[in-house]
Amino acid sequence: MLAFIVRRGLQAIGVLLAVGIIAFAMFRFAGDPVNQIVSLDTPAAEREQVRRSLGLDDPVPVQFVRYLAKAAQGDFGVSYQFRQPVSDLLAERMPATLELAICATLFATIFGVLMGVYSGLSRDSILAKVFQTISLIGISLPTFLIGILLIYLFAVTLGWLPSYGRGDTVKLGWWSTGFLTGSGLKALIMPSITLGLFQMTLIMRIVRAEMLEVLRADYIKFARARGLTTRAINFGHALKNTLVPVITIVGLQLGSVIAFAIITETVFQWPGMGLLFVQAVQNVDIPIMAAYLLLVALIFVMINLAVDILYTVVDPRLRTTIRQPT
Amino acid sequence: MTDMIQATPSAPAEPSSWFGRFLDSDVWASFKRSKLTMAAAFLTVLFLAAAVSAGFLAPQDPFDPAQLDLLNSRLPPLWDAEGQSPFVFGTDEQGRDIFSAILYGLRISLAVGFLGVAFSATLGITLGLLAGYFGGTVDAIIMRVADVQLTFPAILIALLVDGVVKSVLGGQLDAATTLAVLVFSIGLSFWVQYARTVRGSVMVEKNKDYIAAARLIGLPAPVIMFRHVLPNVLGPVLVIATINLALAIITEATLSFLGTGMPETMPSLGTLIRIGNNYLFSGEWWIVAFPGVALALLVLSINLLGDWLRDALNPRLR
Amino acid sequence: MSVTQPVLSVRDLRVEFVTRRGVLKAIDGISFDIGKGEVLGVVGESGAGKSVTGSAVIGLIDPPGRIAGGEILLSGMRIDNLPPEEMRKIRGKRIGMIFQDPLTSLNPLYRVSEQLVETIRTHTNLAAGAARKRAIDLLAEVGIPAPDRRIDSYPHEFSGGMRQRVVIALALCAEPELIIADEPTTALDVSVQAQIISLLKRLGREHGTAIMLVTHDMGVIAETADRVAVMYAGRIAEIGPVRDVVKNPLHPYAKGLMGAIPSLENDTDRLVQIPGSMPRLSAIPPGCPFNPRCPFVFDRCRIERPEPVQHSQHRVACHLYDQSPVRSEAVA
Repeated sequence: MLAFIVRRGLQAIGVLLAVGIIAFAMFRFAGDPVNQIVSLDTPAAEREQVRRSLGLDDPVPVQFVRYLAKAAQGDFGVSYQFRQPVSDLLAERMPATLELAICATLFATIFGVLMGVYSGLSRDSILAKVFQTISLIGISLPTFLIGILLIYLFAVTLGWLPSYGRGDTVKLGWWSTGFLTGSGLKALIMPSITLGLFQMTLIMRIVRAEMLEVLRADYIKFARARGLTTRAINFGHALKNTLVPVITIVGLQLGSVIAFAIITETVFQWPGMGLLFVQAVQNVDIPIMAAYLLLVALIFVMINLAVDILYTVVDPRLRTTIRQPT
Repeated sequence: MTDMIQATPSAPAEPSSWFGRFLDSDVWASFKRSKLTMAAAFLTVLFLAAAVSAGFLAPQDPFDPAQLDLLNSRLPPLWDAEGQSPFVFGTDEQGRDIFSAILYGLRISLAVGFLGVAFSATLGITLGLLAGYFGGTVDAIIMRVADVQLTFPAILIALLVDGVVKSVLGGQLDAATTLAVLVFSIGLSFWVQYARTVRGSVMVEKNKDYIAAARLIGLPAPVIMFRHVLPNVLGPVLVIATINLALAIITEATLSFLGTGMPETMPSLGTLIRIGNNYLFSGEWWIVAFPGVALALLVLSINLLGDWLRDALNPRLR
Repeated sequence: MSVTQPVLSVRDLRVEFVTRRGVLKAIDGISFDIGKGEVLGVVGESGAGKSVTGSAVIGLIDPPGRIAGGEILLSGMRIDNLPPEEMRKIRGKRIGMIFQDPLTSLNPLYRVSEQLVETIRTHTNLAAGAARKRAIDLLAEVGIPAPDRRIDSYPHEFSGGMRQRVVIALALCAEPELIIADEPTTALDVSVQAQIISLLKRLGREHGTAIMLVTHDMGVIAETADRVAVMYAGRIAEIGPVRDVVKNPLHPYAKGLMGAIPSLENDTDRLVQIPGSMPRLSAIPPGCPFNPRCPFVFDRCRIERPEPVQHSQHRVACHLYDQSPVRSEAVA
């Protein structure tokens, strides 16, 4: 158990290091760090001076270590566009993205699991077929089209929901939240659905497939032979056994949700990290791109670790040993 | 129980021609069974034909600024009272015919899709062969990179590659270069699945006797293996490629929608939707609606074909 | 048989599977009784319909399968046509079932205590504490050492044999009248098999439980059962006291099957084998289903289906032992 967590931790550090190399390479070679300090019409001699003062003459490994050390302290350099520290920009935008991602994941998980369980239990019913069709459309429709469709329906035509922005936010320390105001909550609805729809269909498909698989298992047949009620069998025995793959997907998807938020945030002009990143790509603002990459990698790695630990809570077989005799 | 129930299939005479064998195969039988698959295939062929013959079908060349007339801008579809011939689906803010723009946009979407898939398949198959054949450090490096990449969504990779390439090339890019950058960044984001599949197959083939035999008689083992591995992985690679074609088209559309893809002077479907999105509030819904429907139908058809292909080639997965 | 009412009485049971290629008769008119405290061995090749019979009795035939005819009586009460909810209450309470593979019969995510208490409380009014106490007693009864400590373990923390004991404890939760044991020892080590068999025998003796022991292993039957039913292609070829059937089988198929038991006393160099294999359900020949493989086959066997007839202590479905006149249509 402990060895397992340690091994996963080491793997996580490996991933972070690899992403760090890429981020550093982008930062140092694709972009020119000098551009963070000077403007385009600065004379060459002055640029050279800045270059030396930034330590860009040092050997590359030294620069890499320095970059990582600074990144670890939250110093990702200065944005070309905004002339502000990247870390300030990201910190300002992070609450918006995280709140959106959490809402989208909740939406996707709740509806995905419900629909998946239902279509697993009564797979020939009409409603189950409707769910299957929705899932196919959910996988085929590009996210931005779904967002535009929702905006056209609920903002332009019906005028029920705001089409862009976060609504009113409340400051809790440095964290700005949209959870505490009516307009903030209203503004969350459409972006959350847009962002969560793809994950919802994915979760639904997996829960359904797992449910069908588990219902064929011997211990379900034995549970029926013991005369347990259908409810106890379906929701006690079957559902719990589908949880492990569902946790994997939900966990991994939470990471993707944060990255996919790039698209949703653009459609809804949601002031989060994704919108910042797209603007950075459009304007070739390398320090922001590199920092965003590192940050997303960090979030992914932490979620993966959390998922691994959560497994052991659900599945007792993983608690004693990872390698199973059977 | 099932093993007893299956009746022995009667063995008809083996059809001799290649086409005859195809008509006799399970793949074709499952194709004929599913009306949905046939409809999807029909739509896909229709889209391909429309894209190829866009030059004949379109009343206007939407990429040629000389043919655009600002007086015709933002016209509604033909069936609307204010609609004007020949603009069936209306026009955008530059007087561009939406129907023509969709046909030419399909061209770009499909071109980027096919080229991106071809690039990622070539890259993935090559890296998979190398990893499987050499094993050891080469394998470890390639597969670790694959693992790391797999943790990030393709769209993020594509955006990053796009941004870095632009930064290296510097400044504004012309449309053709943008297209190449799109193909490159999409190709780089989808190679992992091919590599994994091919590597697995190579690992299995590597230890078989014919490889040893080939070595003994002095044939170059990699060449021999390539010839033996390829037929084995053809099915899975075809399935991955079909599903990736849909993904690549979505990715291109998304990049263009985000404003990092095709420019407004040479719009793909995603660019058209991006343009139309700005006019949604002023009521000009047709600029976004028709390209959106075209894109959705195209992707849905290809996805349906991919699903069917996966089931038909590997019935056990069903 | 005896004057007392049998615990299980199966009358002309038919089970069908509806498939794309038509209706397959998995069980085609079988009848047998099991008395109190009696062990009936049901033996045959895989696909003969042994397990389907067990599933039919406990009401777990899933679509596309269905009971197409006949009656199943539990202590005189008809149970094959009960509504699902009534049948559920009988399962686990009056009929217990043990499956082949103890590794997969137990839900891996729940403690043994949770699975036992859940089953006990489904069928009795016991409070949680009392149910747990009963669960510990049950584990002790099936021979699990230190049951009060082991009860809170997870299934994967037990060995295969111990897990099968847990499965038996689960089947015993509500003191059922009948236990259906479907290949209970097949997945276990040979050394453990004997322990489980003797445990089953002891429990049957002590509680007066009727046991239907389904297996393809004649050795297990010979050791455990009081009577044995030999099944072939969904029918009972021969049924009778186990010593008689083993020593003096009547049906040609049973003769072949008994010849297949290795024995040290008979000085045979090689095992007798029955040529050919059991027909698929979709291709059962007319007349006697065994006729293509039977060394004693004659014309009547290919046309007329043999009905079971009493012959000394056996009932046997074979024209060799049928004294009744040949039916007219069969001759023509």
